[in-house]
Amino acid sequence: MQPTNGFYGEFGGAFIPEMLYPNVNELENEYQEIINSEDFQDEFRNLLRDYVGRPTPLYFSKNLSEIYQTNIFLKREDLNHTGAHKINNTIGQILLAKRLGKQRIIAETGAGQHGVATATACALAGMKCSVFMGEVDIQRQAPNVKRMELLGAEVIPATSGSKTLKDATNEAIREWINNPVDTHYIIGSVVGPHPYPDMVAQFQSVISEEIKVQLKELIGNENPDHVIACVGGGSNAIGAFYHFIDNGQTNLIAVEAGGLGVDSGKTAATIALGKKGIIHGSKTFLMQTNDGQIVEPHSISAGLDYPGIGPVHAYLADSGKGKVVSVTDEEAIKAGIFLSRKEGIIPALESAHALAYLEKEKFGKDDIVVVNLSGRGDKDLATYQKYI
Amino acid sequence: MNQLKELFENKEGKILSIYFTAGFPELNDTEKIILELDRNGVDLIEIGIPFSDPLADGPIIQASGQQALDNGMTLELLFQQLKNIRSKTQIPLVLMGYFNSIMQFGEERFCQKCAEVGIDGVILPDLPLEFYQDTYKALFEQYGLNNILLINPQTSEERIRKIDAVSSGFVYLVSSNSITGSNKDLSLQNEYFERIKKMELNNPKMVGFGIHDAKSFDHATKQTEGAIIGSAFIKSLSDRATLETKIEKFVKSIQGAKNILKEANLEL
Repeated sequence: MQPTNGFYGEFGGAFIPEMLYPNVNELENEYQEIINSEDFQDEFRNLLRDYVGRPTPLYFSKNLSEIYQTNIFLKREDLNHTGAHKINNTIGQILLAKRLGKQRIIAETGAGQHGVATATACALAGMKCSVFMGEVDIQRQAPNVKRMELLGAEVIPATSGSKTLKDATNEAIREWINNPVDTHYIIGSVVGPHPYPDMVAQFQSVISEEIKVQLKELIGNENPDHVIACVGGGSNAIGAFYHFIDNGQTNLIAVEAGGLGVDSGKTAATIALGKKGIIHGSKTFLMQTNDGQIVEPHSISAGLDYPGIGPVHAYLADSGKGKVVSVTDEEAIKAGIFLSRKEGIIPALESAHALAYLEKEKFGKDDIVVVNLSGRGDKDLATYQKYI
Repeated sequence: MNQLKELFENKEGKILSIYFTAGFPELNDTEKIILELDRNGVDLIEIGIPFSDPLADGPIIQASGQQALDNGMTLELLFQQLKNIRSKTQIPLVLMGYFNSIMQFGEERFCQKCAEVGIDGVILPDLPLEFYQDTYKALFEQYGLNNILLINPQTSEERIRKIDAVSSGFVYLVSSNSITGSNKDLSLQNEYFERIKKMELNNPKMVGFGIHDAKSFDHATKQTEGAIIGSAFIKSLSDRATLETKIEKFVKSIQGAKNILKEANLEL
C-alpha cells in the first residue's frame, strides 16, 4: 500500500507551511533509500529481535474461540519492550534520524506511550529527546511522564488550545519549524505530512509480515479471513493490515473509539462523523465544525483520542477496501475486563476496542480471525479500577 | 481592481502592513480596525481568519484566534462584516488563514466572496506551492485573487524562483526559521535579505514574522519593499484604552520613527 506522489487516492499529501518544506523534503528524498539499504535493514531487524523482543507471538486463544464459536488469534504486540507496538516505529525512525545526521529528537504524545517509546529509542541511540505533551495529559498520565524523565527525556507541556494530543502535535511541529536543521521529528502514528504516513506504515508493517509467517506455520494458510485492530491515528491497524490489503481474502476491520456513542457529541469516531479536511499537514477525514474548526474528541482511551485519522485509513474506508466500525467506552471496558478474566491478559484500553468488536459480528465457525492486541493495560489500571 | 499592484507601483517609501485577527478583541471590530488602520496611514492590511490549530503561528496570534472563535467568529461572518467595506476604504486587503477553513467554506465560493467584497489577495501558509499550482491557480486567477506565497531562509534558490513565478501581489519573506511572534535578532538575517534582493524577483518583497517595533521594521525593510507586523499589534490591542487610541498609538510607534528619519533625510 504505497502512496502515489504522497497521496492515497485523494488523501494524504503534505499541506505544510513553506518553513517546513526543507525538513519534509529532505525526508521525502532520503527515507526510502535509507530504509531499503542493507545496512539499515540489518540494524533495524537485529534491534527488533534482540531489543524489542520480536517476533511477538501469535497466540491461539482457545477460550475466546470457544466462546465466540470461531478461531481467534491474538497478535501479542503487548509483549514488545515498552508494552506496545509504538516501539517498532521509534526504533525505525531513530535509525533514520542518525543516518540523516540529526542530533536531537522531538515527539508528541497523548497518553505517553509514544513518548515513552521515543524516549527509550533516544536513550538507546544516545540522542537528545524532547517530548511535547498536553498539559491536561501530563496530569492524567503522570506515571508515563516519570518514565520519560527517568529515560532522560525532557517533557514539555503544551499549553495552547485544548492542551491535549492535537495541541502537543501542533507544538512539536512549531518546534520543528524553529529548529529545522539539527532536529528530527518522530511522529507516533500514520498521520502528518507525506512521507510520515508511509514511513510509519512501513515500520509497523512488521506486524502483518509476522502474522503471515506465523499463520502459515500454525494453520498452513498465510491469509486470515479477518483482521481486527483499533484505530486512532491508525499505526497499529495499518501494521496489522499492511500485507493483507488487496489480497482478495482478508476483511480488514478498523475499530474506532465511539466514546459515549457516535451521536453523543462525546466521541472519537472520525470516519463515522468526520468530513474531509486538513489536519497536521494531511488531507483526511477529521472531526470539525461547519466553519472548519477542529473539534476536541472524546474517548476513554487516550491513545484513540485524536480528531483525525491516518490518510491511508481514510482511503481504505472511502474506497471500501476496509471496513470501519466503532465501539463505545463501555463496550471497550467490558471487553478489557473479559480478556483479563478469560485469558489472564490485561489489554490496553485501545486494544480493548478491537476485542469488543468480537461481540458485534458473528464470524463463521471455520473463519480465522486475528485481533491485534496493540498494547498492554498496566497504564490503564486507574481507569479499569473504576469498573471492577 | 488590483489595489495591491497599485500600492507597490506608486508608494514612495516603505510599506507598512498590519495583521489582525478577525473577531478579536470583539466579534464585530473588523470594520473599525480596518478603518482606523487606514486613517493612521497603514498601507496594507492582512485580516487573519481564526483557526483552531494554526501551525505557523506563535502564542499571541493563536490566543487571539481562540478568543475570536470563542466570540463566535466564522469565515461566513467575516464576509458579511466586509460586505460594504469597499464603499468606505480602498486600502489593499489580504486574507490570511489556513487551508482547511477555505476547504470547508468551498474553494470556489471563497474566491467568489473575495471578489465580491473586494479582497485583493490571500496568504494560505499550508497550501503548498505544487498543490496550489496544479489544483487552484486557475480558479484563483479567474476571480482575480492574488495568492501570496512564503519564502524562508532555508528555501533553495531554485524553489524561490518557482515561488516567485507562481506568486502574485508580493512574496512573503519569513524573517527567520520561526513561527509568528518570535523576536529573533533580525540583524542576523542581513545575509538572507541581501541574497533575496540580489535575485531580483518579479514580485515585491514583504518581510514578516518577528517584526515588532520601529527598529525591526527599519531593519527588515532595508532590502525590501516593506514589512508586516502581526503579533506585536495584536498584543497592543489588549491595552485597556479605546480601539482608536490603541491603534493610533501603535501605528505612530512604527511610523513616527519613520517620519523623523525621513525629515532628517535618512534613507530607511
